[in-house]
Amino acid sequence: MSEQPIISIKNLHKSFGKNKVLRGINLTVNKGEDLVILGRSGSGKSVTIECLVGLLEADKGKIEVFGIDVTKLNYKELNKIRLRIGFMFQNGALYDSMSVRENLAFTLKHHTKHLSEDEVEKQINEALENVGLKEAIDKMPTELSGGMIKRIGLARTLIIKPEIILYDEPTAGLDTITAKEISELILSVQNKYKTTALIITHDITCAKMTGNRIMILKDGLIHAEGTFNELKNSIDDWVRSFFEYE
Amino acid sequence: MIAFIKKQLTQAGKFSRFIGRFFRELFVPPFQFNEFIRQCYTIGYKSLPLVGITGFIMGLVLTIQSRPTMTKFGAESWLPGMVSLSLIREIAPVITALICAGKIASGIGAELGSMKVTSQLNAMEVSAINPYKYLVVTRVLASTLMVPLLVILADLVGIYGGYIGYNVHSSIGLLRYFSEVIENLDFLDIIPATIKTFFFGFFIGVIGCYKGFNASGGTASVGRAANSAVVTASLSIFVVDMLAVQITDLFY
Ligand SMILES: Nc1ncnc2c1ncn2[C@@H]1O[C@H](COP(=O)(O)OP(=O)(O)OP(=O)(O)O)[C@@H](O)[C@H]1O
Ligand SMILES: [Mg+2]
Repeated sequence: MSEQPIISIKNLHKSFGKNKVLRGINLTVNKGEDLVILGRSGSGKSVTIECLVGLLEADKGKIEVFGIDVTKLNYKELNKIRLRIGFMFQNGALYDSMSVRENLAFTLKHHTKHLSEDEVEKQINEALENVGLKEAIDKMPTELSGGMIKRIGLARTLIIKPEIILYDEPTAGLDTITAKEISELILSVQNKYKTTALIITHDITCAKMTGNRIMILKDGLIHAEGTFNELKNSIDDWVRSFFEYE
Repeated sequence: MIAFIKKQLTQAGKFSRFIGRFFRELFVPPFQFNEFIRQCYTIGYKSLPLVGITGFIMGLVLTIQSRPTMTKFGAESWLPGMVSLSLIREIAPVITALICAGKIASGIGAELGSMKVTSQLNAMEVSAINPYKYLVVTRVLASTLMVPLLVILADLVGIYGGYIGYNVHSSIGLLRYFSEVIENLDFLDIIPATIKTFFFGFFIGVIGCYKGFNASGGTASVGRAANSAVVTASLSIFVVDMLAVQITDLFY
């Protein structure tokens, strides 16, 4: 594995009013690596990746993606970077006025004007096949179950062929079996497309299955870092407490 | 008190920036033509029955209500002219705009509000689609163009309603009625009244979008966004109307 970091966050600070959520996060993700960030609810995991794609403006710090500091870009330059990053939302965030097909076609057509209808259809089918939901192509988001929404969300992310995928709680709100299926799906997607991944979760099983390396977020700082087994046998009680229910 | 004023000023500043952004994005390609047409359909076409019915009733009722007074002054023959004049200059624009505020502004506010709270706006943003351009510009433009058309429809149907109302107690041919209406109308009655409806449409669209984009928190905020879009848009219609009347008054 080459050691050139694809994502590098240095001293990231972010507060909302008096609520200091991030107080100096440092992290790097190397090419092809799957980094998991663990943390309790409300610890600022989502905020971290929202800063990464410019949905939130960082108060202080440096965020480099592909070696470019995204905090200094204008809107147009930022959008160029965003096209290389996939973002899977905690709740799926499917466009609920559009069918599954339209959800997938929307981004694709918007950015690739030259594609023929056949080509668009082919790519939609390929993306749906990757998540094993080809039959849902004509369904509306309201007709889908929680697990299906996550899958379609992933398919919509895959369709722009991102180099990095950010997963925000891919297994939250699912039963353990479906959660496991999603984790397996992530793993297979990562292997197939060799994307770099940043996975945010508080699901230990998911972290174990998908992550090469794990970081634990606490009080706005990276509290611990290591492989699954290192953290599980950590001398820190608080860190170990995360792994009790595994 | 100071905190209250500060909050209001901040709101006003945010709203002005939102409007400013509309004009900036309006002239930068690419233009989302398909979405614009879709919005014209939902905003314009889908409001036709509602606006038609209210327009008809306005004309009908206004004629029937004004008749006793006009008869008292022996001015019954002025009825068609008077009714159509008040319809075109004031009643049809304001009532239609208020109805549109109820239907369109609340619809946009709720739609965009729910997209906001379910991260659909963020999803667009991260897939490098400018939600402002795709959602706001198209909706505001559609409502700016559709509301005047709806008002014109309300004018016409309202005048026809007046004709029906007139014939409740006397009889007059449709052609005769309309020629009397047109005789009493002036270029200056129609133009300012039409111009102000573009502003009504603009504010209905922009307020709906602004409230939707600024929904925050849970699903309850979607309801709040829709509600406050209607209230603010209705209020803005009266304010714009008052300003418009003052300005036209200067030119008479
Ligand atoms: N747009 C915002 N405005 C104000 N406060 C916010 C905003 N976004 C997040 N916060 C606050 O930041 C803190 C961290 O939120 P975040 O969504 O990152 O948590 P999380 O770690 O993703 O938790 P969860 O597992 O529940 O998703 C919370 O206290 C939240 O209230
Ligand atoms: Mg979160």
